[in-house]
Amino acid sequence: MTMQTNGITVSTATHAPLWRIRLRLAWRSFKSSWATFAESPVGLIGLGVIIFFGLFALAHPILMHTVWDSATYDPQMGYDMEIAFHPAAPSVRHLLGTDPLGRDVLSQLMYSTRYEFVLGILSAVVTVVIATTIGAVAAYYGGLIDAFLMRLADLVIMVPFLPILIVLSSFTEVGMFELALLIGLLSGFGGNTIVIKSQALSVKVKPFIEAARIAGGSDFHIIFTHLIPNLLPIALLYMMFVVTSAIFSEAVLSYFGLTTIKMSWGIMINTAQTQGYLLRFDTWYLLIPASLAITLLCAAFYLVGRALDEVVNPRLRSR
Amino acid sequence: MEHSDILVNIQNLSKLFPVGGGIFRHSDVFVHAVSGFNLQIKRGESVGLVGESGCGKSTTGKLLTRLLDPTEGKIEIASEQGVIDIASLRGKKLKTFRRNVQMIFQDPYESMNPRLTIYDTVAEPLNVQGIGTITEREARITELLETVGLTPAASFLFRYPHELSGGQRQRVAIARALIISPLFVVADEPTSMLDVSVRTGVMHLMQDLATNLNVTYLYITHDLAVARYMCNRIAVMYLGKLVELAETEELLQHAQHPYTKALLSAVPVPDPTYKRSAVEIKGGISKPINPEPRCRFYDRCPLADDSCRDNPHPELEDKGDQHFVACHKI
Amino acid sequence: MTDNVLEVKNLTMHYMTRKGPVSAVDNISFSVARGESLGLVGESGCGKTSIALSLLKLLPDNADIKQGQILINSKNIVPLNYAEICKFRWKQISMIFQAAMNALNPVYTVEEQILEAMQEHLPHLSEAEMNQRVDELFGLVGLDPKFKNQYPHQYSGGMRQRAVIAMALSCEPDIIVADEPTTALDVIVQDALLKRIRKIQEKLNMAMIYISHNVAVIAEVSDRVGVMYAGNLVEMASTEAIFHRPIHPYTRGLMSAFPSIVGEKTKLVTLPGEPPDLLNPPTGCRYHPRCPYATAICSQEAPEYREHGAQHFAACWHPGGEA
Ligand SMILES: Nc1ncnc2c1ncn2[C@@H]1O[C@H](COP(=O)(O)OP(=O)(O)O)[C@@H](O)[C@H]1O
Ligand SMILES: Nc1ncnc2c1ncn2[C@@H]1O[C@H](COP(=O)(O)OP(=O)(O)O)[C@@H](O)[C@H]1O
Ligand SMILES: [Mg+2]
Ligand SMILES: [Mg+2]
Repeated sequence: MTMQTNGITVSTATHAPLWRIRLRLAWRSFKSSWATFAESPVGLIGLGVIIFFGLFALAHPILMHTVWDSATYDPQMGYDMEIAFHPAAPSVRHLLGTDPLGRDVLSQLMYSTRYEFVLGILSAVVTVVIATTIGAVAAYYGGLIDAFLMRLADLVIMVPFLPILIVLSSFTEVGMFELALLIGLLSGFGGNTIVIKSQALSVKVKPFIEAARIAGGSDFHIIFTHLIPNLLPIALLYMMFVVTSAIFSEAVLSYFGLTTIKMSWGIMINTAQTQGYLLRFDTWYLLIPASLAITLLCAAFYLVGRALDEVVNPRLRSR
Repeated sequence: MEHSDILVNIQNLSKLFPVGGGIFRHSDVFVHAVSGFNLQIKRGESVGLVGESGCGKSTTGKLLTRLLDPTEGKIEIASEQGVIDIASLRGKKLKTFRRNVQMIFQDPYESMNPRLTIYDTVAEPLNVQGIGTITEREARITELLETVGLTPAASFLFRYPHELSGGQRQRVAIARALIISPLFVVADEPTSMLDVSVRTGVMHLMQDLATNLNVTYLYITHDLAVARYMCNRIAVMYLGKLVELAETEELLQHAQHPYTKALLSAVPVPDPTYKRSAVEIKGGISKPINPEPRCRFYDRCPLADDSCRDNPHPELEDKGDQHFVACHKI
Repeated sequence: MTDNVLEVKNLTMHYMTRKGPVSAVDNISFSVARGESLGLVGESGCGKTSIALSLLKLLPDNADIKQGQILINSKNIVPLNYAEICKFRWKQISMIFQAAMNALNPVYTVEEQILEAMQEHLPHLSEAEMNQRVDELFGLVGLDPKFKNQYPHQYSGGMRQRAVIAMALSCEPDIIVADEPTTALDVIVQDALLKRIRKIQEKLNMAMIYISHNVAVIAEVSDRVGVMYAGNLVEMASTEAIFHRPIHPYTRGLMSAFPSIVGEKTKLVTLPGEPPDLLNPPTGCRYHPRCPYATAICSQEAPEYREHGAQHFAACWHPGGEA
């Protein structure tokens, strides 16, 4: 096989410091990954939606400091005295109306976005850290350690998520942070570990691992310089799917009132439901914006994941 | 052979892999991948280990580099610290000793971490062993890359393996193996995945390095023609056992073991007018799973008789001129 | 020549990729006569498999036959559509692939797979005749018919390759294309299989194209040899001429770089450089950057592929190294 060797521009003839060269290499590989990613319209749409929601979240504190006075527009404590009856339909003052407690729906929607991001990303990071470490360790050592960790994963997969949460919520308060940790732990120890371990197994048998052992590399060295870097792309991919499932789970749990989260998209729907406005056409603005936001953001992360698959999985990149 | 000449002395080396079994249940069925393996390798020589796939060549290589722990036997290596049996070395001593023994792998596409640059790949042994400062390492790597024919080295240092061709990668693999100046290098089919036009260059390079840097090779290959060019002596392996060992030309011209003869007669010759002698042997190679205590070649051997069945596998015997054969019939 | 089973004229084929077209087969012409065994030799990536796949029109979607004709029994198959080409496969031309495991379906027994091919293409045979034919085929390739009810994974590598050959022969093709059928096998198994293939080809008086990167294997099985380099056919002549009187510098280099266990131990030659990237092959003669005889013209114009002696073709500006 002849390899493409032209087009490589990095030269050390000038002897730039190592970190500069590495930075340049990282930038170059980012660029080529981006080129692959950008070929998929689906991924770009997903990324666009995520950026939109990011801006949406950022805009909230700005609006609160400028045009919206906090007494009226605070997503949790606000109440519009000038309107006699709440919920009120969309108007110029309240672009998406107000909820049964007199709070601005748009403000709630924007305010919640940042927590959805925090929740999704935090649980994804926890998942990836756990799944990669455990997957790598289980694959590398094999034997008893592997058997123990895999039985643990089986156990975690088998225990149903909802009952755990019901039990847990009767003991302690399950807020946004606790929920993120919990989702992270469960998906980190469960299915994702198994996926990453199987990837790690295929890396472990590569001769470069043996070469590192012959050089005298310790287990720690091999796991952290050879095994894990080769698992990160696939871990990143699964991160996207964890974000999707975290946001979705939060919505479901909040809807059922199983969390102590004060405000989120799930809580918005929950409020509509507890106040008896859920299945009415005239108060659509209590239900549609929040559910649409959930659907869109979940779908966006999923689509980005699909497009990343294209980048990460050479199998799909034959030409 | 003078004793001081011997760099590697392998005695009665064996490796058994359990078949089946599990974490809690021990298997009593074993693949005898390498058994009762004896070989002395002299300083500066290159010994070829040839045989069909599955005969235990790679396992032997992995035992010598301690990627695998031997089930039994001694691997004595004469280093600066004196003769050390590495078969039972552990921990820090093993790590330090690894400077003396390195390996070159078959597949140039898989033997380098795709996420590390050439610099990081070649620097790894130095980093891990803590040899030299960063500037010293860089100078050494640059020099060695030039030596293995990757010139100018600066244009290769920060490329990734996928940006190099197969031949170039194999040169990087050679540089990685030689960067800590080992005494002994196990090369497991280092050229079998390279194309002819590139292969010769890598073969010549390995020979030049052997003379210039005084490296001793165990050259594992299934290709006898390549072994002819690369090795001073050739050892023929069959199902975990050495069956014949001699100087290269002696072995090629005057093979004595029936397996070696069959192997030689099966090698195609790049000359349409050459007529090969036909030596037919029965069946194909199997797996040495709990082998019977008799000659391993018994089932396929054209010379076999009852004595081959009733006696254990023959020992290697000197038939004159350092030509060793393991056969009851010769 | 009327007895040509296969004629390829000026075949050019590109693979379209995101980086541009890969010029895998460039203006290649050759023919194969009935009962003749043609060897195609070249390093990996030079386009051997691409030619084989073109002959059966088994090319992947991104392949594009730019020009040329492929005449099988005087019929050009290049413009044919899928249904029409299927009539050609098996009966007139069939192929033995490198990876035998991929050519066999793991969920059917070997016998079922051979029968299926025959039912499709030899519908006039009765069931008894077909069963008898399977036994004959097994005998022909040297497999014991008692294994015919087994699944491919129960076979060893050599047996699988034999089964694939039996399958390829099942409908009595006029020409068979064998793409590196022994590359994954050990020498002893390879040797037995090579002898068997050669014997079958002679016995059935079949035309064969045998593809390999191994010069020595090609010497064993072919009457005539074509040498490929970077998508070009650079030289073609009788096996004896190619090995003893090569005229193209690449062929010469290849021959003297190939080690042998017999004869005098001559110094192996190293060819400078590496095979080119077919995404942007060198201009003119594709071998010129590595060629010791290259002159200005070599980098400017592609040399014509023409006859330099009786039935000895080459594409070179300096055949035999002369100026
Ligand atoms: N890790 C292992 N576990 C079990 N069996 C093995 C292992 N490695 C090799 N073997 C077996 O040992 C024998 C020798 O293998 P190997 O040394 O790889 O042969 P070669 O390199 O000559 O092809 C084979 O039968 C193989 O199946
Ligand atoms: N499906 C494909 N898409 C793009 N390029 C291809 C494809 N298949 C083969 N190639 C390229 O075409 C060239 C010839 O390949 P191939 O015919 O497989 O060579 P050979 O069989 O001689 O090794 C190579 O450079 C290879 O990378
Ligand atoms: Mg091996
Ligand atoms: Mg091919």
